[in-house]
Amino acid sequence: MAEPVITSPHAESKRPFLTEQRRSRITAYTFISPFFILFSIFGLYPIFFTFYLSFFKWDALNPMKFVGFKNYDLVTSDPTFWISFSNTLIMGLMGTVPQVMLALLLAVLLHSGMTKFKKTFRILYFMPNITSIVAVTLVFSTLFGNNGMINWMLNGLGLDSVAFNSGWWGVKIAISTMVMWRWTGYNAIIFLSGLQSIPMDLYESARIDGANRRQQLFSITLPLLKPFIIFVSLQSTIGALQLFTEPYVFLGQAGTGSTRQEGITMVTYLYSEAFRNGFFGTAAATAVMLFLVTILFSILNMLISRGSGGETGGKKA
Amino acid sequence: MSTLRMFRKKPDDLGFFGKLGFYFLLILGALVSVFPFYWMFVVGTNDKGAVFHVPPLLTVGDQFFINFKRVLEKADFFQALGNSLFVSSMVTVSVVFFCTLAGYAFAKYEFPFKNALFVFVIATLIVPQQLGVLPTYVIMAKLHWIDSYKALIVPAMVNAFGIFWMRQYISSAVPTELIEAGRIDGGGHFRIFWNIAVPVITPAMATLGILNFMTVWNDFFWPLVVLKNKEHYTIQIALQQLFTTRDGLDYGMIMSATFTATLPLLIVFLLFSRWVIAGLTSGAIKS
Repeated sequence: MAEPVITSPHAESKRPFLTEQRRSRITAYTFISPFFILFSIFGLYPIFFTFYLSFFKWDALNPMKFVGFKNYDLVTSDPTFWISFSNTLIMGLMGTVPQVMLALLLAVLLHSGMTKFKKTFRILYFMPNITSIVAVTLVFSTLFGNNGMINWMLNGLGLDSVAFNSGWWGVKIAISTMVMWRWTGYNAIIFLSGLQSIPMDLYESARIDGANRRQQLFSITLPLLKPFIIFVSLQSTIGALQLFTEPYVFLGQAGTGSTRQEGITMVTYLYSEAFRNGFFGTAAATAVMLFLVTILFSILNMLISRGSGGETGGKKA
Repeated sequence: MSTLRMFRKKPDDLGFFGKLGFYFLLILGALVSVFPFYWMFVVGTNDKGAVFHVPPLLTVGDQFFINFKRVLEKADFFQALGNSLFVSSMVTVSVVFFCTLAGYAFAKYEFPFKNALFVFVIATLIVPQQLGVLPTYVIMAKLHWIDSYKALIVPAMVNAFGIFWMRQYISSAVPTELIEAGRIDGGGHFRIFWNIAVPVITPAMATLGILNFMTVWNDFFWPLVVLKNKEHYTIQIALQQLFTTRDGLDYGMIMSATFTATLPLLIVFLLFSRWVIAGLTSGAIKS
């Protein structure tokens, strides 16, 4: 692109106005403008419009009709919304908490000097993340089938089969397993980069002071890893609240997606309100609530991470 | 290396069984990561009943082309693959270009409100995509972009993550003196960017490109919302459409399609994996 050229004719004619500093500012603003232009149109404006829309009754065809808080009343009095809400939280917890801990463990194992074939392991662990969620869901739906491999293994261990594609907990276990499979390795890689950024001499001097491995873990590794832990758990939390594709594909065997109660999430609810039922107003209200919940959980996440960090700091002292 | 010494000197050394457990965990994790890919291939190359085989079938069969033929009867598979390729490439080229430009400006220029604007860029990362999805849909309808690739490409042409990523890299990789030298020689701003900065930062651009390509390729929600006509489906929508109970689930067919759709990305990743992972581990969140 030739943005800077645009400024040249001015530069030649009006030298005192277009100083070198001004020119470089104009260039900088030009360079960053694509983001701000596109984001205003397809990001900022839609966000404000969603808030506005949540106070109207609208089917995207006929004129909008102001209804005040009625959409919020409608949504919060719909039992399906609350099921989607609790499903989102339950699957979010099931898919995120064990996953972050597992990723941390994997990263520590991968970081250890003992480990050979580090690069190969890293690639293998990262592989799940490159697959499409649709493909992952299709594969797991065979593994979690009634006569699928997981049930075969459970039977082999002397346990009863689980109805992974229709049971209340079965569906949730299946879906959170898919989430975990896809993201654990990715998060382990992020943690690994955090571990690599900790200077080795910190451990050396701790050892000289007679700290054992556990003390080193709690007073050096975890505190210094905190920014990474916050980043990963924040990202996982936000991702978990937006869960859509896995339940949509896993439960939607008619090719049309599904809002079955065992696996409906807030985004699936939003999607079906808007694009299946044509209730744009209640869908907008759902989107606003999703946003509020996201902010709430992000803050909660920060507070917990900060609190736990303080605790380890306290133990150290 | 020094971790090795650290472990040996310790009184509570892992010992033989400790090491055994250590590798057991690592290898188990790797197997769990890779197994679904293998399983996809096993099911895709065996006949219809393979999924329900007891004990589970673990060997590769020879029915792949027969299964894949049924895919072609049910879906415009290669059309969908081509659509995905087109959309992903367009978005990726544009994202790499615009994010590099913006990242360069944030890293190497001084201008009023620079920090505030950058914080704003980062803040947009927290906003869920779904929050604005309805109005965006309405905008697309007004522009008559529903069911067109423009709806997929234009909103994705530049993103906050890419700007952040490129700024991080450019700040440390491009020496400011080099830019100043270029300016003294009378180079235009864009010329300096193109001839001096870009050659130095191609690795970061490539990593961003690959990451972005995978994200767009794997996107499901937004294509599902805006694409109506079968011929416009991206590969993800086409795959999901194969998953129907209307005539019994034909897993051999589904998995042969899934495998074929995953393969190109898998190859690209394995070729460039060192780049991608090294990029992720070096630039991800240092700030």
